[in-house]
Amino acid sequence: MSEEEGTKEYAYFLGCITPNRYPGIEAATKRILKEFGIETKEMMGASCCPAPGVFGSFDMHTWLPVAARNLAIAEEMDLEIVVTCNGCYGSLQEADHLLRENPKLKEKTNEILGKFGREFKGTTKVNHSIVVLHDFIGLDRLKERITKPMNGVNVAVHYGCHFLKPREVRGHGSSETPYILEDLVKVTGAKEVDYKDKLMCCGAGGGNRTADSVQSLEWTRQKLVSAIEEGCDCMVHPCAFCHLQLDRGQEEMNKAFGTDFNFPILFATQFLGLAMGLSQTECGLDIQTTTMPEKLLK
Amino acid sequence: MGTLYEDMVACGGEIFGDEHIETLRECVQCGKCTASCPSGRNTALRTRKLFQMALTDMREEIFNSPELWFCSTCYTCYERCPKGVKTTDLIRTMRNLAAKEGHMSVPHRMIGVYVMKTGHAVPLGPAQKELRKAVGLDEMAPTAQKYKDQLEQVQTIFRTTGYDAMIDFDWDTMNLKGMDKGGKK
Repeated sequence: MSEEEGTKEYAYFLGCITPNRYPGIEAATKRILKEFGIETKEMMGASCCPAPGVFGSFDMHTWLPVAARNLAIAEEMDLEIVVTCNGCYGSLQEADHLLRENPKLKEKTNEILGKFGREFKGTTKVNHSIVVLHDFIGLDRLKERITKPMNGVNVAVHYGCHFLKPREVRGHGSSETPYILEDLVKVTGAKEVDYKDKLMCCGAGGGNRTADSVQSLEWTRQKLVSAIEEGCDCMVHPCAFCHLQLDRGQEEMNKAFGTDFNFPILFATQFLGLAMGLSQTECGLDIQTTTMPEKLLK
Repeated sequence: MGTLYEDMVACGGEIFGDEHIETLRECVQCGKCTASCPSGRNTALRTRKLFQMALTDMREEIFNSPELWFCSTCYTCYERCPKGVKTTDLIRTMRNLAAKEGHMSVPHRMIGVYVMKTGHAVPLGPAQKELRKAVGLDEMAPTAQKYKDQLEQVQTIFRTTGYDAMIDFDWDTMNLKGMDKGGKK
């Protein structure tokens, strides 16, 4: 859209968890994209996406216009969107898809947005940051910038559900044999390790965490144990909401179940950030619950 | 009020298209959804049973069971269903109807309170401003929480769709009605 001379700008849709709980994800993502000549522009006045499994479960007729308003902000900037949370990705991409497919729904939604002078036109595109890294920047360019290779590090990748599914909207191929995160981990020199519950949900989505947090943490516990049993050193993922459940959830689990989890959780750009020579402070990895072992920081 | 199936088609159909919701009738009770379900491993949610109950119009039984809310919308069953039943969207539609008929927990209603108050389901607090500064970011991102006129746009949407009434939101206290007396339900 605004691509010229190797630079590109995206409207960075922050959502809630990234800016308000894990700003390290925001900082690391901005820095890495900038390294490759990509500018992230702030979306003034953007709100909660709103969460697809949460507001989508409560009232889709409210969920849709709130999502459409966020899309309209990016359209006004004449930019494509980039996100760092699967919830935001799920909501905005699904809303964009539904509104483009259904003129009646679009008309009804725009009646609401018209009350404050906004309109959904269908002129932006919702991109996930890991797809920008994998497809737009590309593995070759990423590889050139790896200054602190992650040789000897065993990584469990966790996708989070709404990055891959539903396939008909996401378009990243099979949800049972994905490859994007694996590629991004391997480009650092780390080893991607398969584990039993690799494709399992973190447990937080769809209002499940709010409905019964201890029950939702049991899913998280099973997932982490399954990765730890395979000898993984850390988990790398593409979703701010999963990050909350996987990282802060460990403190909550330790309290609820009497366990002593401290299994390092990193958003994809935080992991790449370390491999590209950023410090753990620059990636915000020293202001979260789980701590980073020497092996990742060397 | 029609049968649960009819109401699901009316409610979900407007968003996804009627044929999307009508896939409920294709369910052959094979149980692949239940076998794939990470919630079913840990809770009493049985997706196969839920769809059978929906088709036999067991509205109150469904709406009164906590299991309806134990689906994390992971879409595993949605992808694996051999009959193309749009499982996750059917569950979201059932939840929309349940919420409209008053079956919504206080913690779930509170998520709406946060968004109407701040524009965010997870708002920024004073401690998080410090975290933002620690990684070199502005202490507040330029989102709806920062700008009153932008937040008012979000609030306008919630008023227009009647979400505020659905959760018993009180615009004077910016909280759920009766929360000072321990809340209802």
